Amino acid sequence: MQIDRRRIKNFDWITLLIIIVLTLIGVMTIYSATRPLIGMGGQSDFYMKQLIWLALSIVALFVITLFDYIWLYRLSYPLYGVGIVLLLVVLVMGKTSMGAQRWLNLGLLSFQPSEFFRILFIIAFSSYLSTLGQDSTGRIPLKGVIVFGLLPLILLIKQPDLGTAILLLALFSVLAISKGISRKIIVLALLFGLIAIPFVGHIFWDGLKDYQKNRLIAFMDPEVDPAGIGYHINQSKIAIGSGELIGKGYLNGTQGPLRFLPEKHTDFIFAVFSEEWGFAGCLSLLGIYLVLFLRGLDTAAKAKDEVGRLMAIGITAMFFVYFVVNIGMTLGMMPVVGITLPFISYGGTSLLSNFIAAGILISIRTRRFELFY
Amino acid sequence: MDTRKKIQLGSFIIAGIFAVLCLRLMQLQVLEGDKYRKLSEGNRLKIVSTPAPRGIIVDRNGVPLVNNIPMYSVYIMYDPAKGVDTETLASFVGLEKQEIEAKLSRKDNSPFVPVELKHGLSFQEVARLEARRSDFPGLFIQTDVGREYPFGKVGAHIIGYLGKMTPTQSESPEFHNLPPDTLVGQWGVESLYDSQLRGVAGGKVIEVDALGREQRLLRDKPAERGKDITLSIDIGMQKAVEDAFGEKAGALVAFKVDTGEVLALESLPSFDPNQFIHGISSEDWNSLIGDKHKPMMNRALQSQYPPGSTFKIITAVAGLEEGVITPDSKVNCTGGISYGKWTFGCWRHGGHGLVSLHKAIRESCDVYFYEVGRRLGIDNIYKYATALGLGSDTGLGLQQERQGLIPSTEWKRSKRGQEWYLGETLNAAIGQGYVAVTPIQLALMTAAVSNGGRVLKPTLIKDPKDIQQRSKIDLKPETLQLVREGLSAVVNEEGGTAGVAKSTIVKIGGKTGTAQVVGKNKGLSGEKYIDHAWFVAVAPVEKPEVALSVFVEHGGHGGSAAAPIAKKAIEAYFMNKGLGKEKMDTAKVKAAVSKESDNADR
Repeated sequence: MQIDRRRIKNFDWITLLIIIVLTLIGVMTIYSATRPLIGMGGQSDFYMKQLIWLALSIVALFVITLFDYIWLYRLSYPLYGVGIVLLLVVLVMGKTSMGAQRWLNLGLLSFQPSEFFRILFIIAFSSYLSTLGQDSTGRIPLKGVIVFGLLPLILLIKQPDLGTAILLLALFSVLAISKGISRKIIVLALLFGLIAIPFVGHIFWDGLKDYQKNRLIAFMDPEVDPAGIGYHINQSKIAIGSGELIGKGYLNGTQGPLRFLPEKHTDFIFAVFSEEWGFAGCLSLLGIYLVLFLRGLDTAAKAKDEVGRLMAIGITAMFFVYFVVNIGMTLGMMPVVGITLPFISYGGTSLLSNFIAAGILISIRTRRFELFY
Repeated sequence: MDTRKKIQLGSFIIAGIFAVLCLRLMQLQVLEGDKYRKLSEGNRLKIVSTPAPRGIIVDRNGVPLVNNIPMYSVYIMYDPAKGVDTETLASFVGLEKQEIEAKLSRKDNSPFVPVELKHGLSFQEVARLEARRSDFPGLFIQTDVGREYPFGKVGAHIIGYLGKMTPTQSESPEFHNLPPDTLVGQWGVESLYDSQLRGVAGGKVIEVDALGREQRLLRDKPAERGKDITLSIDIGMQKAVEDAFGEKAGALVAFKVDTGEVLALESLPSFDPNQFIHGISSEDWNSLIGDKHKPMMNRALQSQYPPGSTFKIITAVAGLEEGVITPDSKVNCTGGISYGKWTFGCWRHGGHGLVSLHKAIRESCDVYFYEVGRRLGIDNIYKYATALGLGSDTGLGLQQERQGLIPSTEWKRSKRGQEWYLGETLNAAIGQGYVAVTPIQLALMTAAVSNGGRVLKPTLIKDPKDIQQRSKIDLKPETLQLVREGLSAVVNEEGGTAGVAKSTIVKIGGKTGTAQVVGKNKGLSGEKYIDHAWFVAVAPVEKPEVALSVFVEHGGHGGSAAAPIAKKAIEAYFMNKGLGKEKMDTAKVKAAVSKESDNADR
């Protein structure tokens, strides 16, 4: 496979630039969030690790873009099979952390299979939908619903990984709508869901872990117990609000380093950023994300084939859902679910998988004028 | 719907959600930013106030009258939601379970404000608590500045005591910046000069982490120590007065004649201000208030009785100034005079024979002063008595004073609606009848007669910068000379009524007095019906420096009951002063010597 000049010219440098800038903002904020208390040792190396992961991720991204995404289409089912197996393995022998089994220990590094599963899901489901053809609009065969809907959902809830489960549901709907499932069916499904909530609500509630219940209660009423379950949301709002118009200044935030803010360098990193950069900084950051998402949709619109279009929509939707749920959570508009802010939150697996996803997106855009071989 | 339109719709949804997020950010950061900024500061900052050491009060010779001592209180940060094992806590701090529960469930407790469990712990108790404190998170010990009064009851009415702010005080602007448990002056000088003694509490602003661990000191404003106050009183003199009174109740007030400085002010029986340091229990307070000997009453300011013969000083001054008598005017005392159907007797039933002013003062002849009073008329007596400070508040400011009463024809007409009778003038001329004074008024009058007629505003501060003069009456030097000679004769001459006050240390002059107790003449007896004894004194009599009054409740005769107390007080003052002077002279010599040696080195 040769790299011709046309491919370099058509390469989606803008998306690459955006995600690198976002990751660097993340590294900077991680540095600030994890700076030590006075007299409590030196700077922790989280930011350094994140930088190393960034380098690895960029390499991975270029490797992905070297290949035409048609290979992903061709290999989608075996890859999806591997993903399902990984989810099973993690259930059986995963490492437990914070009441959930999400991690797989591979000696040197431990990683979360669900981080990669979501990409495999997008590839496989997009491929499956594209094989259905234009004329079969209106419904998805039952086996498709089971294989791509129920099966992964059950495995994820069992872990439990509520965040990825919600994401999967969202992606399933978005992709189905994009494919052109009749509105009647979707409306009916939504109605059915709404009616069913009171009946299955308590079953759902009983199935939740205590910390998940607490998060929901805290979301409904953060003042219930300011030092207890409402603590995360309250402290996050204090951090963001105290940033005011222009922020307290870089390395001047206090909520994170003084440990008022939990998960400061992962789930609540946006709060740390907001405290130091204020409303002005937040608007700029949101602006960068907006460009990323709109460009993702534009890529979908320009994709040369349906599978490319569906993958681009899936990946963009994935970034967007994570972004909205994370920011909504830190702003106290949504319950606390353990979802990170794409590219900015600390976390190697997550960064790598997001770069791979972005790589696929770039690959689709880069090859928008190319024909099937 | 075709693909393009769906993608366009997707863009609109994204844009819409972005708008919502931006609005929320605007709400938190712009509209409510100020509130969250304060909350984050509140998270981060702990403000600890450091109490200011209270100023020390010393007497005129530099003897400290109060000590600052550390005082420990134990507090708990109580969270009603979490609850606390009151039983264990009770045994832990040495209180009853019910007491703790009562304190924790008080309605005015506010969340996040520590509740005081116990006040005034001993150092041993504190050490024991500190060792086991980790068993009770939220429990802490606070050190405050407390007071100790080494002289106990002596001078207690002047020095006063500290106590927690009363609800009325915490409302008043004078105390508005003080923490709720601050000790403030509640009595005496501690209260009168509280704002100076108090100082300014300092504060530390400390950055803390989420676990409350201190990270760094952001600001440290040191406490400003309260100002020390040097009182005009001589504690040695006060002590001598207390000893001289023994079990008797009464009061003594001594002034420095030319400045109005209070040298001593005792009211007995007294109370022990140390009782109030840890907050007096309601039982103790009620027993103090209910005590029939009234220890909390400041008799020097609040006892009001007829001055008896001490008032003859006024009558004599008025007579000489108004020219109704001369030093040589003589009255024949036959033991009494008759006026209408009444007889006015002299205390010496046999009479004094021919009496001049000098002898009349020395032997306190009533008949002589009846005659002077008759010649003057009540309104002249009123004029001189009020001009010399009687019948009105002296303005000491320590406590509410009683006004006393100097009658006049005008007074009787307006207050009683009656005409004035000559018989009442005769009674007033010897300080009986309607006339009533307080010990401090009488001492101030004596000082005024000794300093040429100036009535000074009394002060409790040594060497006052501005001496305030309330009024001045021009008295002829001869008048003053004659009165002084009379006062000297009372003590130092044969036949004087207060020979017991004669001192070898300093020449004292004085005048005895007896305030009759109503009911005695009706044949009742017992301690309750013994007359009150008065004595006023000046020393040294040639050029008075000290003027004082002594009042002994149910003491009997002024000469026997009150004069010895005056003598001891005056002697104590001059002895202490002599010692002080000697000390000062030694210091001067030392300074001179070191200066000389400095010069020699050069």
